[in-house]
Amino acid sequence: MRRRCIAGVSVAVAGVLASPVLAADEVGSLQLKDGPGKELTSGRCAICHSLEYIPSNAPAMDRAAWQKTVQKMRERFGAPISDEEAQRILDYLSATYAGKS
Amino acid sequence: MAAQRLWASGTGAENAAATEVLSALPGKQPLIRRAFLPPNYETPLVDLRAPFTRNEAFFVRYHLAVIPEIDANSWQLVVTGTSLQQPLTLSLQDLKRRFEPVTLAAVNQCSGNRRGLFSPRVPGVQWGNGAMGNARWTGVRLRDVLRQAGVAADALEVWFRGADSAVLPATPNFQKSLPMERALDENTLIAFAMNDSPLPHWNGAPARLVVPGWTGTYWMKHLTEIRVEPKPLDNFWMKSAYRLPTGAFPGARFVSQETPETTPITEVLVNSLITSHVAGETLARGRHVRFGGKAWDNGAGIERVEISTDGRQNWRDAQLGRDLGRFAWREFSLPLDTSRTGALEVSVRARSRSGLQQPEKLTFNAAGYHDNIVQSVSLRVV
Repeated sequence: MRRRCIAGVSVAVAGVLASPVLAADEVGSLQLKDGPGKELTSGRCAICHSLEYIPSNAPAMDRAAWQKTVQKMRERFGAPISDEEAQRILDYLSATYAGKS
Repeated sequence: MAAQRLWASGTGAENAAATEVLSALPGKQPLIRRAFLPPNYETPLVDLRAPFTRNEAFFVRYHLAVIPEIDANSWQLVVTGTSLQQPLTLSLQDLKRRFEPVTLAAVNQCSGNRRGLFSPRVPGVQWGNGAMGNARWTGVRLRDVLRQAGVAADALEVWFRGADSAVLPATPNFQKSLPMERALDENTLIAFAMNDSPLPHWNGAPARLVVPGWTGTYWMKHLTEIRVEPKPLDNFWMKSAYRLPTGAFPGARFVSQETPETTPITEVLVNSLITSHVAGETLARGRHVRFGGKAWDNGAGIERVEISTDGRQNWRDAQLGRDLGRFAWREFSLPLDTSRTGALEVSVRARSRSGLQQPEKLTFNAAGYHDNIVQSVSLRVV
């Protein structure tokens, strides 16, 4: 059983404090699996969310599901991902995190 | 091993253990981390045993990653909108001084609770059983606030906004709406306390919406703005997310948001959770064992809970615990017969006073909502 704490950062700005950020050891534990497109995928996805959303969803995902997800992130959530990048990210996720049986 | 099982979600070997990491957010005890940022943390099964779920153990659910810590003294709630006659700006002190305080017990259950148990699996936060809890919520009635501000005759929905937001400006802010009849229900609260303490940061401080009987998506945290409007809220979180096939499930309708194909999730379905035991536990033959858990619904109230120990052929009534209020969960328990050694599968089904009962079969839906099927645990008497 692992128990760890994450660091909360408290910087007062006009009555509003900054949100907690990823502590170094947590970031280090959230590496995606190796494969072509890993760096691009990590970089783009981690702009908005931590990377364990990817492995935790893998059992529910196939290529079609990843395509829908990447499309949702781009079109609905405004992720800054070009068409060419989206293709590489989709190829990476489909090859590496498509565990739907 | 037994201790680890107790800490886990109790969702069975295939779903649990390997992927369950316990981790503590500031001010929280270690919870099952489903995702770090936006933070989604699940209450371990062992912490769902008490009548009221402790604030430190209560689940955490966010859609967006920028979560300001709000100074309760400078916080303001704006109450406005096209269908409101006298807009108000209220401080926490205003809320407490100008309106009648109300405390009620209610289950807060995430729409996606148990999504991780779906078969076939569906995308989304892979929750086990612990994206829920039962608490005493203290606040003021939303309807008292709205009536003081004056609701116009053309009001259709009340729109809610919280302080949390996305990293990217292009991401839709998390905003939700309620139909007028639910907003004006005497049980819908603007709550500032939980289990007699100020709301924890991760559960929506300094004030959140409490919508007893409806799923957690409507319980807007870190409330900043309430708008009364004559038209439906048109955003991703209402029109695309949190929707079900129209007519597939029982529960209140949200007519202004409904289409022929899909409709918003609304009320919690009748459900139960075994909290006394987890799959794989062994029991000593002849030893007195009390089996039990919690049952809840949309506020109609739990009528009966039945337990089967013969593969769901015969059912016996469990004893119901104290009534904590119709929106709270109801404890149930029954002694187990441990006189014979061997496998012992125990199943539980709850029935609501509305007449609805937990089904045997999952009604599949792509978002992974409303898993209220009968659950069993496989035990062994040795």
